[in-house]
Amino acid sequence: MDETILEMTDIQKIFPGVLALSGVDLAIKKGEVHALMGENGAGKSTLVKILMGLYRPDGGHIRFCGEEVSIDSPSIALRLGISMIHQELSPIPEMTVAENIFLGRESLLPWTPFIKKKEQKERTRELLAEFNLDLGAGVKMSSLSVAQMQMVEIIKAVSYESKLIIMDEPTSALADEEADNLFKTIRDLKRKNVAVIYISHRLEEVFEIADRATVLRDGRYIGTLDKDGITRDRLISMMVGRELSTIYPKQAVEMGPPVLEAKGFDRKGIFSGIGFVVHRGEILGIAGLIGSGRSEIMRALYGLDPLDSGELYLEGKKISIRSPRDAIRKGIVMVNEDRKGYGLVLCRSVRENIALQNLEHLTSIGLFIRRKNETKGCSSMVERLSVKAPSLAVAAESLSGGNQQKVVLAKSLMIRPRVLILDEPTRGIDIGAKAEIHRLMSEFASEGMAIIMISSELPEIMGMSDRILVIGEGRIRGEFLRDQASQEDILKCALAG
Amino acid sequence: MTKTITSDWIRKYGLVLVLVAMVVTLSFVSNSFFTSTNIINVLRQISMNGILALGMTFVIITGGIDLSVGSLVAVSGVVCGSIVFNHPNEILPAVAAAVFACGAFGLLNGFMVKQFGVPGFIATLASMTIARGFALVYSDGRPYVLTSDSFKVIGQGYLGFIPIPVCILVVVIIITAVILYQTKFGRYVYAVGGNPNASKASGVNVGLNLLAVYTLNGLLAGLAGVVLASRISSGQPAIGVSYEMDAIAAVVIGGASLLGGVGRISGTILGFLIIGVINNGLNLLNVSSYYQQIVKGVIIAGAVILDQASKKRS
Repeated sequence: MDETILEMTDIQKIFPGVLALSGVDLAIKKGEVHALMGENGAGKSTLVKILMGLYRPDGGHIRFCGEEVSIDSPSIALRLGISMIHQELSPIPEMTVAENIFLGRESLLPWTPFIKKKEQKERTRELLAEFNLDLGAGVKMSSLSVAQMQMVEIIKAVSYESKLIIMDEPTSALADEEADNLFKTIRDLKRKNVAVIYISHRLEEVFEIADRATVLRDGRYIGTLDKDGITRDRLISMMVGRELSTIYPKQAVEMGPPVLEAKGFDRKGIFSGIGFVVHRGEILGIAGLIGSGRSEIMRALYGLDPLDSGELYLEGKKISIRSPRDAIRKGIVMVNEDRKGYGLVLCRSVRENIALQNLEHLTSIGLFIRRKNETKGCSSMVERLSVKAPSLAVAAESLSGGNQQKVVLAKSLMIRPRVLILDEPTRGIDIGAKAEIHRLMSEFASEGMAIIMISSELPEIMGMSDRILVIGEGRIRGEFLRDQASQEDILKCALAG
Repeated sequence: MTKTITSDWIRKYGLVLVLVAMVVTLSFVSNSFFTSTNIINVLRQISMNGILALGMTFVIITGGIDLSVGSLVAVSGVVCGSIVFNHPNEILPAVAAAVFACGAFGLLNGFMVKQFGVPGFIATLASMTIARGFALVYSDGRPYVLTSDSFKVIGQGYLGFIPIPVCILVVVIIITAVILYQTKFGRYVYAVGGNPNASKASGVNVGLNLLAVYTLNGLLAGLAGVVLASRISSGQPAIGVSYEMDAIAAVVIGGASLLGGVGRISGTILGFLIIGVINNGLNLLNVSSYYQQIVKGVIIAGAVILDQASKKRS
């Protein structure tokens, strides 16, 4: 018994009109990595927010280190030794690594408001060395990569002498190689007897790192599996309550004529000599590490980023795109990887978000919005993509990640595009929504759309693409047909150089 | 469940309650408040701030702010004043010149924001002093005393028993509501304020929309300036100081977010009605003008805090 560090029993949480959690149990042992699994909306986030003192439970008990505790605020959680690394990292970019790590608990010269900068830097250096992170303590956060920032966040959590660290989708912004580094760190943490609650949608990671897994569904406790009991089928059936036959259902479509061709795309210092073709009915997968330039190429094609030189042909005709506006008018749309930054106007309604890109087609004399057409168009997209929203009038921010992503897709697909560019279309969304998005991609491809899909997840690339381009350091490193490639080949190709 | 319904109701209609409470209280405290003469008087007084606040609503929804409108009221006053002073019957050209002069200043604001990425606060802070200086230079610091009866109609006349300024305000309310809710441009205003990057990625010309919003606000400030000049029968270069603050206060009381993306015409209407009633009430109660400022500030802060608190409770 003494090895159990956290015991949550019969936790209940009610939001206005919704029973978010009911009778949920969670027990964590010292030094274990415990995966918390479930679809979006299953209650994982609510549960860990209760643990972090961000929400108050409406019922149930929490025991930490053998004592009954009530966690009313994040500062109490931190004091107990519970810390969390958020899905969206929250460092202050203009402050240094040391300042970020000690934010809110700066060590001061006695009786003064002055910070002991030297001591903080010294301590930071020790921590960085402990985790083999080759960084200066005085470097600004804004100059770090996402992976490095995440390491700093983890170090910060450890420096609080945390006994339990919650990681919410820690790999969602990392490439495979960087994720491996994270796993190394997690194993280090285990050795130091720190327990980790690991939330992820990527099953592969759970197999790799987790000692046990607890599954929630619709706010209820479904069960806890030991390492030997964790299998793909078992987890999926527990999470969705039904068997998913295949996750990646790209149907073979007869490939049509070329739709979009890029030649000699160059942007100084970012990418060079990029050329490719996409055909009707084809899904072209773009693989590569984060920072390889894969997103930048597509952003430049779409007119979001500058392009130094390069030619673009749409159905054989040369076109030039200077802004997303040009691209959309030519029937080329892009779903950005950063859903909140470039996808949605979060504070506005589902209706306004879906219509935003398509208002030119929904107005009379180019001025007044035709409400009826708008409603009809939006509802039919919501239906086709099975977006789960109470109505068209609710704010986009109130939806789950998967449904937000579907709203972005609805917006992009409402006026049927000729070319659809998807950057990480299923990042951070639950497995059910993911399967649906894959099914939709397949459907649209078979209707003749040309799709370009960037993804960090190799199984997704392998399963969905007809053809795969591998990008590394701003160049095309290789091209594979679907049945030619193995995961190892692509990874090797991406890492080579 | 009843609890959530009540709090929903308060959230939606909290400002209406504030306004009703103020009106009821004033009716009891002062005999002259709830009389038709005074009500019409209040409406006439708020019409200028109302016009300014409606324009400001657009700017604030885009996440910006416009500090120059107070100075623009003066620009408008001296421009139309100078024309009416010399040609007492050339009313329409005078009004048009004043409105377009202010529109040009608005265009300048928008251009600084769009082209150089200057924050609206800074761009309009600069044009606030530029416009004030322009009004003083243009008029040589002296007011134009206007005796033209046909000009006075705009600010002092009546349509039936309704003052013309109130009619103008109502027309502006209708036009701005149609623009904001029924047109593509209105949608883009919300989208640009809510998330400029996502708007751009969705094919919205963000810069052009900002330009249009600041220009619209300049035009409306020009209109407000004309109404004021006519009401006081004088084009004064020094008038309108800190008018922008009442306009901003009305929009913010109305529930718009300074972060952008959120705001409604109905909220702004409640906002300037509340401010108008405060001003009028304090006058009727003979509160000294020194104390008036303090009381007004406290009431504005209170209204916004109440609004925030009722939103947070959910």
